[in-house]
Amino acid sequence: MRDVAIVAFSQTDHVRGSEEISEVEMLMPVLHDVLGRTGLRTGDIGFTCSGSSDYLAGRAFSFTMALDGVGAWPPIAESHVETDGAWALYEAWVELLTGEADTALVYAWGKSSPGSVRDVLTRQLDPYYLAPLWPDSVALAALQAQALVDAGETDEPALAAIAARSRTDAADNPHAQLRGARAQGDYVVRPLRTGDCPPVGDGAAAVVLAAGDRARELCDRPAWIRGMDHRIEPHSLGVRDLTDSPSTRLAAEGAGAFERPVDTAELHAPFTSQEVVLRKALRLGGSVRINASGGALAANPVMAAGLIRIGEAAAAVHRGASDRALAHATSGPCLQQNLVAVLEGEPHAR
Amino acid sequence: MTATPASRVPPAPEVLRAPLTVEFPFTRSLGPVQSAFLTGLRERTVLGVRTTGGRVLVPPVEYDPENAEELRELVEVGTAGTVTTWAWNPEPRRGQPLATPFAWVLVRLDGADTALLHALDAPGPDAVRTGMRVRVRWAAERAGAITDIACFERCEDRGQREPTPATSGTERRAAAEPRLHSGEFDDPVTGIVAPARLDYTYTPGRAQTRFINALAERRTTGERCPSCRKVYVPPRGACPTCGIATSEQVEVGPRGTVTTFCIVNIKAKNLDIDVPYVYAHIALDGAGLALHGRIGGIPYDQVRMGLRVEPVWTEDGRHPDHYRPTGEPDADYDTYKELL
Repeated sequence: MRDVAIVAFSQTDHVRGSEEISEVEMLMPVLHDVLGRTGLRTGDIGFTCSGSSDYLAGRAFSFTMALDGVGAWPPIAESHVETDGAWALYEAWVELLTGEADTALVYAWGKSSPGSVRDVLTRQLDPYYLAPLWPDSVALAALQAQALVDAGETDEPALAAIAARSRTDAADNPHAQLRGARAQGDYVVRPLRTGDCPPVGDGAAAVVLAAGDRARELCDRPAWIRGMDHRIEPHSLGVRDLTDSPSTRLAAEGAGAFERPVDTAELHAPFTSQEVVLRKALRLGGSVRINASGGALAANPVMAAGLIRIGEAAAAVHRGASDRALAHATSGPCLQQNLVAVLEGEPHAR
Repeated sequence: MTATPASRVPPAPEVLRAPLTVEFPFTRSLGPVQSAFLTGLRERTVLGVRTTGGRVLVPPVEYDPENAEELRELVEVGTAGTVTTWAWNPEPRRGQPLATPFAWVLVRLDGADTALLHALDAPGPDAVRTGMRVRVRWAAERAGAITDIACFERCEDRGQREPTPATSGTERRAAAEPRLHSGEFDDPVTGIVAPARLDYTYTPGRAQTRFINALAERRTTGERCPSCRKVYVPPRGACPTCGIATSEQVEVGPRGTVTTFCIVNIKAKNLDIDVPYVYAHIALDGAGLALHGRIGGIPYDQVRMGLRVEPVWTEDGRHPDHYRPTGEPDADYDTYKELL
């Protein structure tokens, strides 16, 4: 197997509403920026893959419109996943590992502002037993949070501390939607307060992957993907132990995360309580810098937030702030699906 | 700084917006286990399924989530159970089981090893705790759906002693030993319709807003790609060939050329047009690609490639109703062959 690295990352500023622009208009500056960082043009890219969901915009096949921003002539090799762009990155990684391409462009976007994302996400639930009850995303996360409280794994002050740390760290992230400390606010669905929940917003992100020497040409310090794995648990919440995430642990093992300590972790935890679960599953100690970007609590463009975690981890390697970083992405209710990637910088590089 | 002449880039238009409702009846067929479970709810009976490892899953599934083995052994469990976790919902949303504040609960029914998600009717969060005993409140009218359980209620709300696994009675029997159940009922439910409705506010973005605004003045506009110079009609803000933003406004038409067409013989629902009619690709003069529209004012079997057409606007139409022949000679094939 050859080595594959993330060589560039770009993201939009994440905002509550972007009604003046269409999806492709939101995406194009990010695509141009990420290509500009490598000097590549669309025609140089071997494989293109994106992640998004039609349910956010309320329109069928919306990804085909967004594809206008890529430049698909002469014909390109392209694919799309109807989930977070982290899984699009996984597909691109496999494509590069198999030698089908030397470079890949991966992008993802979410424009939640046209609809009510809490209601929209109920449509991803099992249609027989769950969807007819319309349990919204905050409600399901709150059930998990209460299970953690009952188990003695956390309490409201501890959750508030996670919220405060995330938003305070986000003050240094010019792209974040919520920057700087804010009040925890009232209960949205108890025990989760406003501060425990992610902001609803619009945004997009893109990364460029390259294999072997191509990566070294395109980036001073590539973020080499040492491993990546993704796992899933039963959909039904009543079957799972909501205080644990065995799928995250298994994905981390598969990605090699436990072979050596990481110094940085970007966790896709849209709710404070989910960080508690992930820290335990990933065995992250106090020395690991977690979500220096502010994480999904500071900006959560649905379908892009997981890819952004990988991008932020890669960017930390690019700038020399991390030597070995872990990135995590999730999808589905209460951490149903989890992806873990381990990224490393070369020790002797600048 | 970009050096685009200011006169050619109109100021960002005011955002257009319109309500967009996506509604669909999600029709699903049921397998034997789900059919038995949902029919059972209609008959006030809660069924689970036993795994080969001896666990009882409620709600039941047809394949073991642990090892994917096929599961068919149905058992009847109690209609009372224990809350395993909960969350207080102060502001119920549309479609949720109760309109007044309630608790979301996962309930492990007596005799079951897994928990069912539903709503709990309770006066406030102080009245709810993990481990509390609750029972099913059946919906008055039941049709074979998860909503046949109206919600759960606290056992103490009926002035009854909380049945515990030590209490006798039918719930006790279910708790100790889920009884085998054939899963057979008269008139079984074999499918469900789960209606969904999502409301959006649609906004078309800069490029399409400019296009729609121009249409209001009965002008058709496109946008030129700064790189390949192609004019896109209608514009979406990006050149799909070059992958870059388009912004230079170009008025096209109003006349154009039919590049290709088809004859529609099936009447679309809610469409007040007699069949057969012709739907065509029309390259408006000055456009770099064809848009599509209906051809009228000419018998359907006389429409041809190269036919010159012009838009026909109706009184209050916000876009051309159709295109009709101009009477000009047909366009030469070489003038539109690149636009096919």
